[in-house]
Amino acid sequence: MPESSPLLTAIFGRLTFESFPIHEPILIVTFIVVALGGLGLIYALHRYRLWGFLWREWFTSVDHKKIGIMYMVLGIVMLLRGFADAIMMRLQQALAFNGSEGYLNAHHYDQIFTAHGVIMIFFVAMPLVTGLMNFVVPLQIGARDVSFPFLNNFSFWMTAAGAIIIMISLFVGEFAQTGWLAYPPLSGIQYSPGVGVDYYIWGLQVAGVGTTLSGINLLVTIVKMRAPGMTMMKIPVFTWTSLCTNVLIVATFPVLTAVLVLLSLDRYVGTNFFTNDFGGNPMMYVNLIWIWGHPEVYILVLPAFGIFSEVVSTFSGKRLFGYTSMVYATVVITILSYLVWLHHFFTMGSGASVNSFFGITTMIISIPTGAKIFNWLFTMYRGRIRFELPMMWTVAFMLTFVIGGMTGVMLAIPPADFVLHNSLFLVAHFHNVIIGGVLFGLFAGINYWFPKAFGFKLDTFWGTLSFWFWVVGFWVAFTPLYVLGFMGVTRRLRVFEDPSLQIWFQIAAFGAFLVACGIACFLIQIAVSVMRRDKLRDTTGDPWNGRTLEWATASPPPDYNFAFTPVIHDNDAFADMKKRGYKRPLEGYRAIHMPSSTGTGVFIAALSVALAFGLIWYMWWLAALSFIAILAVAIAHTFNYHRDFHIPAETVAATEASRSKLLATVAGH
Amino acid sequence: MPPFLRRLISLAILPALLLLGGCNFVVMSPSGDIAAQQRDLIIISVVLMLIIIIPVMVLTVVFAMRYRASNTDAPYDPDWDHSTQLELVIWAIPLLIIICLGAVTWMGTHLLDPYRPLDRIDAARPVAADTKPLEVNVVALDWKWLFIYPEYGIASVNELAAPVDRPIQFRITSSSVMNSFYVPALAGMIYAMPGMETKLHAVINNPGDYEGFSANYSGHGFSGMRFRFHGLDQAGFDGWIAKAKAEGGSLQRPDYLELERPSENVPVQYFATVDPLLFNAIRNFCVEPGKMCMSEMAMIDAKGGTGLAGLNNLLPLTYDKDARRGSIFGSEPTFVANICTIEEALAAGQADPSKPASIVDRTPLRGMSLPRPGTGSVNPSLSQTFGSLRPSNS
Repeated sequence: MPESSPLLTAIFGRLTFESFPIHEPILIVTFIVVALGGLGLIYALHRYRLWGFLWREWFTSVDHKKIGIMYMVLGIVMLLRGFADAIMMRLQQALAFNGSEGYLNAHHYDQIFTAHGVIMIFFVAMPLVTGLMNFVVPLQIGARDVSFPFLNNFSFWMTAAGAIIIMISLFVGEFAQTGWLAYPPLSGIQYSPGVGVDYYIWGLQVAGVGTTLSGINLLVTIVKMRAPGMTMMKIPVFTWTSLCTNVLIVATFPVLTAVLVLLSLDRYVGTNFFTNDFGGNPMMYVNLIWIWGHPEVYILVLPAFGIFSEVVSTFSGKRLFGYTSMVYATVVITILSYLVWLHHFFTMGSGASVNSFFGITTMIISIPTGAKIFNWLFTMYRGRIRFELPMMWTVAFMLTFVIGGMTGVMLAIPPADFVLHNSLFLVAHFHNVIIGGVLFGLFAGINYWFPKAFGFKLDTFWGTLSFWFWVVGFWVAFTPLYVLGFMGVTRRLRVFEDPSLQIWFQIAAFGAFLVACGIACFLIQIAVSVMRRDKLRDTTGDPWNGRTLEWATASPPPDYNFAFTPVIHDNDAFADMKKRGYKRPLEGYRAIHMPSSTGTGVFIAALSVALAFGLIWYMWWLAALSFIAILAVAIAHTFNYHRDFHIPAETVAATEASRSKLLATVAGH
Repeated sequence: MPPFLRRLISLAILPALLLLGGCNFVVMSPSGDIAAQQRDLIIISVVLMLIIIIPVMVLTVVFAMRYRASNTDAPYDPDWDHSTQLELVIWAIPLLIIICLGAVTWMGTHLLDPYRPLDRIDAARPVAADTKPLEVNVVALDWKWLFIYPEYGIASVNELAAPVDRPIQFRITSSSVMNSFYVPALAGMIYAMPGMETKLHAVINNPGDYEGFSANYSGHGFSGMRFRFHGLDQAGFDGWIAKAKAEGGSLQRPDYLELERPSENVPVQYFATVDPLLFNAIRNFCVEPGKMCMSEMAMIDAKGGTGLAGLNNLLPLTYDKDARRGSIFGSEPTFVANICTIEEALAAGQADPSKPASIVDRTPLRGMSLPRPGTGSVNPSLSQTFGSLRPSNS
């Protein structure tokens, strides 16, 4: 490399021509595909003049329903990236035997498993969960939007900005090669001098702003904006789990932010929080990151539990068994999730009493979780179960998750953890709970609420196909990993010596291929459903004979959700309304006060990407300029007085009248 | 079940069984007593949990079949949503199982604490009172393992050996990043952490050639960070020591600084002579000449520190195994210069060099009818532990 001039360094910082991975054929091909796809998309948007529409109706929208849907789209797009990483890992591990190095070098492979973990947790599971909460919670509590609609839009764009920062690392520079939690000292400047860890830090910091603010937003929404009559013990279970999840987000994400700030101080200004010498202590980082990391698991899984509760009760045509104990179980899990973080590193040598304490608190969590499983079971008991797609996912979850729970309790016993820690058994365990719990829950939720969001159901043929590919693929992919764990095979290995292991990795790779088919079928399911939307149309707003408030309004709901704020008398509010012969009020509408769209969120998030890019590459001028610009935009936004408007009563009346007409045609059939 | 289906299932299960039969489930059939007890805990916990898991899975399938919408014979009770007795059972059964499992965990964790010296060689044989454990000092380097045998004055890279049925005491540290020392056939893993020392007590019961590796990702060369662990009879072990003495070179501090530079897939090496203070120097980050040991630094700090004067005691770092890069806004990489020699510093750090510093509580676990570990001399370390928590100036 020629000596770069001070001028070039001042402008481009660390970024040189060598920073682009032109020597990696895999990345070149990926880049070409992404670039062509991107150009095609841009052309299509231009051709059909969709830019203005997207900007006005979606990007700048503060409507919680549209923001929820944008979160879902982000999550699904990132799922493709995260899964591409997964299948590359599976392929590498299936090939790298008998002296073969596989097809990935260490530099590339180490980035892939790091990116897989980071993307799947932060940019797939989190957006999907947040998206569902955003869409469903205000509808379930009879609200017209969240408490802070602009903040909601801003949160989404910050999450998207974090995802963009991570995606840039694919083509400009490199990603972290540290594992998804970036333990120092490996992630310190001494052992990771490149830009990878900086991409990691700033991607998560930017997205973390979005997650924290969205947590505050939903928390306040649930506490303050419930319809009259909805006391705490009449809140639908999904909203209860969302409440607990957002409490966890608000309480734990600041810890993540703080620990990443400390790590970046080590990397940028030479402090010694987590370095080996000068009194630094890397284990402090490990403690802090897991104080965030363990509750994070519950942040993801609690809303999934909520979805299963809604689905089981709806499709069994029954009230949820043990609502009260369900709520208390959720609250107990929320509290206990703070008392278990050390079980992620029993092998640090904390001493027997400390390890036992954290092992036993971990096991105690399985009591409320077990109670939940029983409650779902007894909701099915004496029900009339309709095996629609959401219910199929739920039953698959119940059968899959108990195994994941069992292996989790095994890992909670410190001496057993000493032989299973960091093994493929551990990898199988957490995929068992995250796929079997969170992802199955999300698929149940997507199939369940899709008609509410878009006004038509999802196709069942492709949905069923996707379901079976996912469930079978999951077991084929991860059972071998359980087995390999008992053979003492550790994780994150790139090459193997023992040839007898290869067959298991090949089976696992085949399982990953089945899951790939499941993802493909899911995408086809959406495409087919869009094409056949007239046949799948839901005109009633209540396609599943639902029990909670979101089914009381039209599908898709009007901008204002409810023309009249409902009054709640029962925790299955809509089932109660139907039973008592509730009639929609057809007149007496008033103008409805609504928040206005704003582009501020998009601008600040875009500037945050520039700020992060400047900090990652040491382009100080860019960092300084974008930071000043962020402040300027934020201040300018405080002078924006066009924050709200009223939907005139006539518009409301017209919207409601067209719904009445639609309902009448259904009744006429 | 129709016969063709049964045949199909047996066809599917047969290769799976063959596959399982050909595998080495080292975690489930280990050769060391500690790993065997850890395996037992896995089995006990699985059995305890299956008491509840199997009924749940069966009930899920049964309820799903029986209460399907098309089966109109099944009772339908849409408003049944509470039963106090059932709720009690739902909460009580998992609670009871967790109480059992918690008791097992508490005992198992204390008995199998890696810091606790062994009290038995296997289920039948206690450790004799006069047994001196084999001491092995383990250093995780980038990306290889260094094993130092202080008793024999030798060292090896990527090969570990121990006589069967003799307790081994590992002292484990790392030179750079975190690793995890793991021989599945011998005992559970423990982290190897820079600037820190962890301990592991274990014993190998069957002679054999076993695999060991790092179980915590540590960078590019991680996959090649493997070693062989030989469980040998006494004669074989003596032979191994003799071989190391005959074939090996010398491992003094300059040799170590050369060895610790990052390298991958390193072949086995032996060292016939080893600097006796090397391990402590590695753990205290003061192998390089002139660098202050962490123990010395801690001692100075414990006595109040040197205040701002400490800032003047920094020297620029010249030796650097990784071509260290300082942070962009930080000062140039430096190190703290030593005041006394390494020998003095290490001696000062250890209160009484004749007694090995140990935090292990060898008192029996009380109230649980457990056999008394070890030879039975009750060490009043519990009262010491609590005594040390009291403010000293009271």
